[in-house]
Amino acid sequence: MNKFWPFFFMFWPFVAVVLFFIAPSMGWWFPSEAFSPLGVQIDNLFYLILVIVSVTFVGTHIGLGYALWKGVDNKAEKGWFSHGSHSLEVLWSIAPAGILMFISLYQLDVWRTYRVKSAYPKDLYGVAEVTARQFEWRIRYPAPGKKLQPTPQPDDLYTVNDLHVPVNQPVLIRLRSMDVQHSFFVPALRVKQDAVPGTVIPVWFEASKEGGFDLTCAELCGWGHYKMRGRVFAERKTEFEKYLNTLKAEQGFDGVNKPSESGAEIAKTE
Amino acid sequence: MSAVHPTVGLSDHGHGHAGHHEIGFVGKYIFSKDHKVIGIQFLITTLLMLMVGGALALGVRFQLAWPWRAMPLVSQLTGGLFAAEGGQISPEFYTMLFTMHASVMIFLVIIPILAGAFGNFLIPLMIGADDMAFPTLNMLSYWFMWPAIACFGMSFTVNGLNAAPANGWTAYPVLSAVVQAAPGAGDAQTWWLFGLTLVGVSSMMGSVNYMTTIINMRAPGMTLFRMPLTIWSMFITAILQAFALPVLTAAGFMLVAERTLGFKFFVPGNLLINDAPATVGGGQPLLWQHLFWFYSHPAVYIMLLPAMGMVSDMLAAQVRKPIFGYKPMVYSMAAIAGLGFIVWGHHMFTSGMNPALGMTFMISTMMIALPSAVKVFNWIGTIWGGKVQFNTVTLNCVAFVSMFIVGGLSGIFMAAVPVDIYFHDTYFIVAHFHYVLFGATLFGCFGAIQFWYPKMFGRMMSERLGKLHFLLSFIGFNGTFFPMHLLGIAGFPRRYADPYIHPYMEHLMPINRFITLCAILMGIAQFILLFNFAFSFFAGKKAGRNPWNANGLEWSAPSPPGHGNFDVPPVCYRGPYEYSSPLSEGTDFLMQTDPLRHTGGVGNAGDGHH
Ligand code: HEM
Ligand SMILES: [Cu+2]
Ligand SMILES: [Cu+2]
Repeated sequence: MNKFWPFFFMFWPFVAVVLFFIAPSMGWWFPSEAFSPLGVQIDNLFYLILVIVSVTFVGTHIGLGYALWKGVDNKAEKGWFSHGSHSLEVLWSIAPAGILMFISLYQLDVWRTYRVKSAYPKDLYGVAEVTARQFEWRIRYPAPGKKLQPTPQPDDLYTVNDLHVPVNQPVLIRLRSMDVQHSFFVPALRVKQDAVPGTVIPVWFEASKEGGFDLTCAELCGWGHYKMRGRVFAERKTEFEKYLNTLKAEQGFDGVNKPSESGAEIAKTE
Repeated sequence: MSAVHPTVGLSDHGHGHAGHHEIGFVGKYIFSKDHKVIGIQFLITTLLMLMVGGALALGVRFQLAWPWRAMPLVSQLTGGLFAAEGGQISPEFYTMLFTMHASVMIFLVIIPILAGAFGNFLIPLMIGADDMAFPTLNMLSYWFMWPAIACFGMSFTVNGLNAAPANGWTAYPVLSAVVQAAPGAGDAQTWWLFGLTLVGVSSMMGSVNYMTTIINMRAPGMTLFRMPLTIWSMFITAILQAFALPVLTAAGFMLVAERTLGFKFFVPGNLLINDAPATVGGGQPLLWQHLFWFYSHPAVYIMLLPAMGMVSDMLAAQVRKPIFGYKPMVYSMAAIAGLGFIVWGHHMFTSGMNPALGMTFMISTMMIALPSAVKVFNWIGTIWGGKVQFNTVTLNCVAFVSMFIVGGLSGIFMAAVPVDIYFHDTYFIVAHFHYVLFGATLFGCFGAIQFWYPKMFGRMMSERLGKLHFLLSFIGFNGTFFPMHLLGIAGFPRRYADPYIHPYMEHLMPINRFITLCAILMGIAQFILLFNFAFSFFAGKKAGRNPWNANGLEWSAPSPPGHGNFDVPPVCYRGPYEYSSPLSEGTDFLMQTDPLRHTGGVGNAGDGHH
C-alpha cells in the first residue's frame, strides 16, 4: 500500500505511451500519410520531435517515480540535506538548450520553403484565387491557357467549395477573405494558412497523389464555422485542363447556343 | 503601515483587541480590508466560478459526444432558456458556450485564484507583514470582480436570454468587431469587453499592492533571497501583470470604440459581411492579434508562476528537504517572465505575418522551454532523497510536476513552426493548454487549498475526501485531455459544433464520447472538493499553528491569524527551506523565526551544501 502512489505516478505515463503505440491502428492518428512533399517533411519533423519528447517524458517520469519510490520508505532519520548542485544545474541547463537549439535550426528550412517567397519552388503554377466567406470557399480560376491575375477578369471561371489542382505540380493560390478571418486547412496535405480580411496571402502546395482531400476552416468565423466544408481535387494535368474547359463551357453557356462539345460530354458523365 | 496588534491566544483571534478598534460584521466579512478575508472571499468566489465554467464546458462536451441531441436535465429544467430549441444546442449557442467557458475559467477562476486568493492570503503572512500596503485598494480589487462577473453575466442575458459573446476568448476581429458578423453576440460582446476591462482593473490594483508590499513590508531579516518561492513567484507575476495588462486594456477599449462608435482600428474596408453594408476604413485585423497576445502570452505565465511557487513550498515541506536549487528556481522564473514578453507571435504562426518574424518567435519560444525544464529537474531533485509522505498535498504537487511535464513537452511540437502549421487550431492546442492550466495550475491550487486551509480556518481538511477528490480528478483529467493530443494529430479542429460532417473525422465520435464521460467524472469530483471545503470548516480536525511542521513565517502566526496577523512581530533568521538541517536537533525543520538555533552558518536559502 505504501508503494501505491509511486506506482500510480509511474503507471499513467506507461498507459500514455501504450496509447500512442496503439493510436495509429485505432485511427487516432493523422487522417492519412502526407500527400505532399512539404507535408512529408512536416511529418518527419513531427516524428523526430515525438522521439525526443517521448524519451524526455519517460525519462523524467522514471526519475520522478524512482524518487517517490525511494522516498516513501526512506528509513533515514532525516531527509538528504542538500540545497542543490551547481554542476547538475549547469548540466541540465545546457543539455536541453542544445536539444532545443537543434530542433529550432533543423526545421528552419521547411518553414523557409513554405513561407519565404524567394525559397518557393521555381515552377509554381498560379492555379486560383480562393476567397473565404461565411461559410464557403469561393474559387476563381483563370481561363484555360491564361495566367491568374490579381484582379478578376471577364473570362475567369468560378466555383464554390471545389478546388481542382494538377497533381505533382507545385501550385499557388491567392488566399483572401471577403468578410471575417478564416483559415484554409487541408489536413491530408498538411497545409494551413489564415485568410485575413484586407490582405491577399499567397499559399503554395503540391499534391503528390491523385484524389479528393477534405478542405476545412481552421479559424473561428462564426456560427457556421464547422460547416465550411470544401474539397481539393488533385488530378492529372489533362483532366485538370478538361475540368477547366467544362467550367468554361458551362459558364460561357448563354442559354441559347449549345455548350461546346467536350464540355457537354464531361458534364454528362459527372 | 499600521502597527502590529498582538493577539492574546490561539482561539480568540480578532477579539483580543476588540476594544482597540471596532469593526462591524460588514466591515469584517464583507467590505473587509483584511487581506486574509479578502483572500478567502476571492477563493470562495473563484471556486464557485469554477463550477460555472465547468458546467459550460460540459455543454461543449455534450455536443461533441452527442451532436444535436437535447441535453438531458438541462433541457427539462430550463426549457428553451439558453439553448435554441428545447435544450438542443444550436451551432450559435455552441460558439457561445466555449467562448464563455474559456472566459470564465481564465478571467474569473485561474487568474483570480492565484493572485487574488493565494496572493492575498499568503503575501503578508509569508513576509511577516501585518497586512497589505494598501488595504483599501485591496478591498476594491475584490469588489471590482463583481461588476466584472455581472458584465460577463449580462452578456448572457441581453438580447432576450439567448445571446452571449460568440467569438472565442481571443475575440479576433473582424468577427468580434462587426456586429453583423456574429449576430447572436450583439451587445453581449461589448459587455464582455467591459467585463474584461474590469477584471483588468481588479488585477492591476492587486498587482500594485503586491509589488509595494513585497518590496516595503518584509519583516526584519527577510532579505530577498530568504523569501519563499511563493513570494518570488507572486512578485514576478505582479510585475508581469503591471506591464502586460495596459496593452490588453487599450486593445479592449479600441474594440469597444470600434463596435460602438464606428472607429476603424481592426476592420479593413470593402468587406461584405452578412447583411451589413460594405465596411469602410483601413483597419488591420492582425493588430488585435498582436496586442491581444502581447498580453495573453505573459498572461499564461500569470496563470502558472504562482502555482509553481506554491508547489515549491509545499513540496519541500512534504518531502522534508530543502528546495533543490533555490536560486536557479528564482532565476528561471525571472527568465520565463522576461522571455514571456517576446514569444507572443507563436500564437500567430499561420496568421500570415512576416515569415522572418515567425522564425524569431520560434527561437524565443523554444528558449522559454528551457527555464521550464530547469524547474522540473529541480522539483525532481527536491523529491530525491526526501522522506516522502503521501498526503493530499503531496499528491497534488506531484501531479502538478507530472502534468506540467506533459504540457511543456507538447509545447515543443507547436513551437516548431512547420509542425504548428498542422497543429494550429486543432485539439492538440486544447490538450496542451489544459495540461498546463488545469493539470499544472489547478492541481497546484488543489494542493494549496489543502495545505493552507488550516491557516485560513484553523482546521484541517479531510484527508480521505482530499485523496478521493484527487484520484477522481486525476483520472478524469487525464481521460479527458490526454486523448485530445490524438484528436489533434488526427486534424480535429477546435471550435467545431459538428466535426463529424467532415468525412475524415467521422470515425472520431466514439473517442469523443469517452472524453465526455471522463469530463463528467471530473466535474462530479469537484463537488467532493466543495463539500470537503465546507464540511471541514465545521468538522475538520483542529489545527495548531504549524500542522505541517513547515518553516515559513505564516506558520508562526496563530491559526487562523487575527487582525494584524502576528501576535509576536516576526523576525526572520534564515531561508525558508531548512528542512532536515543538522542544526535542528530532534526535529527535521527549522522555522524562519526560530532564533534559538540561529547560527551564522545557515544563511540564505540558496547557499550551497554539496
Ligand atoms: C514549455 C513551454 C511552452 C511552449 C514552448 C509553449 C508553446 C505554445 C505555442 C507555440 C502555442 C500556440 C499554438 C497554436 O495556437 O498554434 C501555445 C498555446 C498556448 N499555450 Fe503554450 N507553451 C508553453 C507553455 C505554456 C504554459 C506554461 C502555459 C500556461 C500556463 C501555456 C498556455 C497556452 C495557452 C492557453 C495556449 C493557447 C491559447 C489559445 O489559442 O487559445 N503554454 N503554447
Ligand atoms: Cu471559416
Ligand atoms: Cu503563448
